[in-house]
Amino acid sequence: MKSNSTDAAVAIQVDKSLIPLTVIDPSSGWVALKLGELWEYRELLYFLTWREIKVRYKQTALGAAWAIIQPLFTMLVFSLFFGRLAKVPSDGIPYPLFTLAGLIPWTFFSNGLTQSSNSLVSSANLISKVYFPRLTIPLSAVLSGVVDFAISFILLVGMMAFYRQAPPLRCLYLPAFFFMAFVTALGVGLWLSALNVEYRDVRYTVPFLTQFWMFATPIAYPSSMLHGIWRTLYGLNPMVGVVEGFRWALLGTNTAPGPMIAVSSIASVLILVGGVFYFRRMEKTFADVV
Amino acid sequence: MSDIAIRVENLGKQYRIGALQKNGGHYTYKSLRDSIASAASAPFRAARALMGRNDSETNHDEDTIWALKDVSFDVKHGDIVGVIGRNGAGKSTLLKILSRITEPTTGHIEIRGRVGSLLEVGTGFHPELTGRDNVYLNGSILGMKNAEIAKNFDAIVAFAEVEKFIDTPVKHYSSGMYLRLAFAVAAHLQTEILIVDEVLAVGDIGFQRKCLGKMGEVAKQGRTVLFVSHNLPAISNLCVAGMLLDQGRLTDIGEISEIVRRYVTTSSADIHTDLSLRTDRKGIGLARFTEVSIHDLYGGEQACSASGETLAVRLHYRSSRDEPLRNCRVSLSLHDMFGQVLFLCSTELTSSETVNLPSSGIVQFTIPRLPLTEGQYSTTVFLEVDREVQDWIENASKLNVVDGDFYGSGRLYPPGWKGKGVLVDHSWSILTGSLACLTHTR
Repeated sequence: MKSNSTDAAVAIQVDKSLIPLTVIDPSSGWVALKLGELWEYRELLYFLTWREIKVRYKQTALGAAWAIIQPLFTMLVFSLFFGRLAKVPSDGIPYPLFTLAGLIPWTFFSNGLTQSSNSLVSSANLISKVYFPRLTIPLSAVLSGVVDFAISFILLVGMMAFYRQAPPLRCLYLPAFFFMAFVTALGVGLWLSALNVEYRDVRYTVPFLTQFWMFATPIAYPSSMLHGIWRTLYGLNPMVGVVEGFRWALLGTNTAPGPMIAVSSIASVLILVGGVFYFRRMEKTFADVV
Repeated sequence: MSDIAIRVENLGKQYRIGALQKNGGHYTYKSLRDSIASAASAPFRAARALMGRNDSETNHDEDTIWALKDVSFDVKHGDIVGVIGRNGAGKSTLLKILSRITEPTTGHIEIRGRVGSLLEVGTGFHPELTGRDNVYLNGSILGMKNAEIAKNFDAIVAFAEVEKFIDTPVKHYSSGMYLRLAFAVAAHLQTEILIVDEVLAVGDIGFQRKCLGKMGEVAKQGRTVLFVSHNLPAISNLCVAGMLLDQGRLTDIGEISEIVRRYVTTSSADIHTDLSLRTDRKGIGLARFTEVSIHDLYGGEQACSASGETLAVRLHYRSSRDEPLRNCRVSLSLHDMFGQVLFLCSTELTSSETVNLPSSGIVQFTIPRLPLTEGQYSTTVFLEVDREVQDWIENASKLNVVDGDFYGSGRLYPPGWKGKGVLVDHSWSILTGSLACLTHTR
């Protein structure tokens, strides 16, 4: 311990000319994104994500099995009501598999969205006591969901094996669609988390939002029920592109990337870019308001 | 000018308090409905609020306060500067701005060096995680690199004296162990500039000494430290220079002993505490406290009261109606700096009849022999009329106590025990062996 402290003292003496200079000025209006700073704090991002993952299933009896239970039961309910009773078409795929391929990315998205929109408020003590790029908080909330996604993906693989559905080679495109879900969840999460700091109404809005959004996304039904220009416009909901992309890549449905998925990817990027800018703009007031 | 570590020019920080007052003194979160309601009358303002525009120019003065105003100073590399001032003087705001937690409204700051800020110990500690996990997590939150934490890990654990429990979730720790571990991480932060707020007030006395020792060690390493505390002896020992803040303004800067002396003697705010603008109060508010003032045996005003002397605390109140207040209950309680109640004085305890009060006036509580040791205490005042709480203000005013001869023995309280607990009358006797046996067998 002793030697450490003397080392540090020496280091400070030597480094005096190289000492970083920080300038603090009041900012106004739109501010720079400072993504470089986010990179500097990547270790913190790692630790925050790791904390979320480690803590998530602490003191639960079923633990990480919850990541599977959630989509599994939704799949069962959907298969019974929409598949069996309402006879909703499923693009020629067994209905349970059809809906599960949508539910897996959807669950990642809706959990990521919910977690990140509450993340700033639940980290209020961090925000008011320590400085670090605030972006790390909602980002780590979404990132921590990746593990749940990976676990629930096993369920999807199991179901595909059960229905003897071999994945086509184009399943290599899957990460791209997953990335799109990630971008959308983070983008919406940034908007909502920043709004949530000032307007606690967001907390009550999020459950509705995810519910409505779920039915506005082709999870229980195929997007092929829409035609022509309507189908392309439907892509304005980025999750449409994600879900249909997943089905195309894994189950070989007839929803190859086209205008609809192009619209979805543009929409998801716009949501994220807008979210980052809005977040950065509101960031300076977080510590005072939260 | 490379020997300047921190340069602050014309720093100001404005807070909006309008929303607080309009809601009857209770802080409420702004809800979307409020914004929509005001949007009906002033669409542009609400739209700008939603976009986070700082429309301070358009605000009236009564809606905003300057937590800091026109603060300018330089701190040289290696200086240990104590920041002192009363609650609400702007100390914490200053530290928050320097640590970049919040942005200033005006001014310019240049900081040379990595800044480590310890505004709280154990920030980000998660009860479910083990001590080891929390050290890494907390360290990275404070801005340490992973390698740096790994290098100091053993020293941190040894300093906290929790070797045996390092792989136990911290929710099973005693509060002392928890705080020791939290401080130990913070103490190993190796930045050129350290900003420290009151974190020394943790743990038992032995550990507090150890913390102070560690801070002294830090000071000797040539690092720059900005240190806020109410612990004046600690500040005097550790710091070379001092800064005195009063109501958001930097009133004095200089050698620490001089600043401490000035702080103790500039006292008018210590005698009279104006309560009329306080918003953090509970109760209906038809009758309200307006002021707390501190007096001695003869009614003279005093800024510091001595242990064992007579203390008179006057609670000034005013009712919005002209009629007398029936069936009242007035109380005054004293708390230590941790908010722990030490004792309560109440009209109800000392008299068997109900109390009727004039519509406005003063209730004086007299404590014939003040049973408190040297330190700073706070009061909570309470007024009830006809079983309805009218006014209730926690942390209403400060009470400064200096050492005095409570027991009339010519001796003062032992150092290190100051500010802890209350003084009570007691006697002692030495029992012979047989009597001691008797008491044991009973």
